[in-house]
Amino acid sequence: MVARRKVAVVGVALSDCGRVDDATPYALHAQAARRALADSGLDRSLVDGFASAGLGTLAPVEVAEYLGLRPTWVDSTSVGGATWEVMAAHAADAIAAGHARVVLLAYGSTARADVRAGRRTGTLSFGTRGPLQFEVPYGHTLIAKYAMAARRHMIEYGTTIEQLAEVAVQARANAALNPEAMFRTPVTVDEVLVGPMIADPFTKLHCCVRSDGGAAVLLAAEEYVRDCRTSPVWVLGSGEHVSHAAMSEWPDFTVSPAAVSGRLAFERAGVRPDEMDFAEIYDAFTYMTLVTLEDLGFCGKGEGGAFAEKGRLRVEGGELPVNTDGGGLSAQHPGMRGLFLLVEAVRQLRGEGGERQVRRRGDGSLPRLGVASGTGGWFCSSGTVVLGV
Amino acid sequence: MTGRFDLPEPDAFTRTYWEAAAEGRLLIRRCRACGRTHHYPREFCPHCWSEDAVWEPASGRATLYTWSVVHRNDLPPFTDRTPYVAAVVDLAEGPRMMTEVVGTGSAGELSAGAELEVAFREGIPVFRVVPGAPGG
Ligand SMILES: [Zn+2]
Repeated sequence: MVARRKVAVVGVALSDCGRVDDATPYALHAQAARRALADSGLDRSLVDGFASAGLGTLAPVEVAEYLGLRPTWVDSTSVGGATWEVMAAHAADAIAAGHARVVLLAYGSTARADVRAGRRTGTLSFGTRGPLQFEVPYGHTLIAKYAMAARRHMIEYGTTIEQLAEVAVQARANAALNPEAMFRTPVTVDEVLVGPMIADPFTKLHCCVRSDGGAAVLLAAEEYVRDCRTSPVWVLGSGEHVSHAAMSEWPDFTVSPAAVSGRLAFERAGVRPDEMDFAEIYDAFTYMTLVTLEDLGFCGKGEGGAFAEKGRLRVEGGELPVNTDGGGLSAQHPGMRGLFLLVEAVRQLRGEGGERQVRRRGDGSLPRLGVASGTGGWFCSSGTVVLGV
Repeated sequence: MTGRFDLPEPDAFTRTYWEAAAEGRLLIRRCRACGRTHHYPREFCPHCWSEDAVWEPASGRATLYTWSVVHRNDLPPFTDRTPYVAAVVDLAEGPRMMTEVVGTGSAGELSAGAELEVAFREGIPVFRVVPGAPGG
């Protein structure tokens, strides 16, 4: 067997984010891609792999063409928000196997601007054929699906709405330290609870922001790391898992597919959850953070509510800083946020967090290990990546 | 937005299900190879891939697994239907089903495990709390 090459993230970037009314999704992909390449310091000619999803009929062909790339390795895995963790894992495998040198992952969306301009509805219609004919009569919105899962956790484990609100409060506290975050004004549990009801028990601040924006990540084989202007962040292990599409096919609403992807990622990386210095967790809704903390093994099943209390998730003084940029709840959520998790994890491991930089408890040194766990659809899919320096 | 976003699109296989629903009967699928039931219906058995799966009348009894009272949905006709109770229920025969619980004023009247029975609204199976049943 040929020895597998090590793989590092060598470039990361966000495009203009938040409120972007005058750019197409293509332009945001390209802006993020150019910034990530510039971040790495590598020459564009080295990029022989390209992965993207969400834009184009033949994804990722249209975006590759827009960027002027003619790759010899492509991926357009499309499993919702978890797409980017799964894609990064596939890219790392391809690089390790020698099928690609440098792979670019790029994403961009104008979800917020599209709703404002009437190009799409706020509630998405996914169709009425096949399996969808059995759910379309019932109006199970995306938010309602997550709300139903949260309610089941509350029923089985006594998790309270205040504990779920704590997740939003702490995400906002982290966002306050991030100049790129869309919402930075601190909120209280009470303010979360009295907001307008969207799908009970979720009021507005239990739900993510809707932003515009893009992101890009560049992965490279170890022999190109010395040519980069950045210090490498190594891909140590990854796992992926697909659960269900119809909510009626999900056996247990209190267990997310991160329970499988996380176990695989930690096993393959040869590290334990309690060795992580921080976690970036897909948080389209407060419940996702809470249940994913359980499923990644940071606490026991049913203990997520208590774990989320006492400021444990804050960058400032938290035992396990979670969603250090403010997350989808406060910083950015253009639709498939998973790539933003990888960007933020890499920035933290490089020590580029600025005011929101995570420091290790004890000696105050920079973090050495972090995990990014993406969730797609309505707990349909999960991808977990362990990164380290 | 115009039109309706709540209309199922039957196909040659599922027409049996929707025609039965229009007559007030809820059907599930049972596999004659492994004996297990499933819903939403498939031509074959998703548990063992046998093609020997058949339609079977369901009892119409279910228990409430979880629910959410939906206050926001900008797709018609749901906009006019809010607030409504999106729900996932466990059919007495085993399969889980996405549905709506009707005839309840607020979520406060609902509880996990509440006994439900099927009802039909314009040929769509929905559920209501069994009057006087525990948890109702
Ligand atoms: Zn069978």
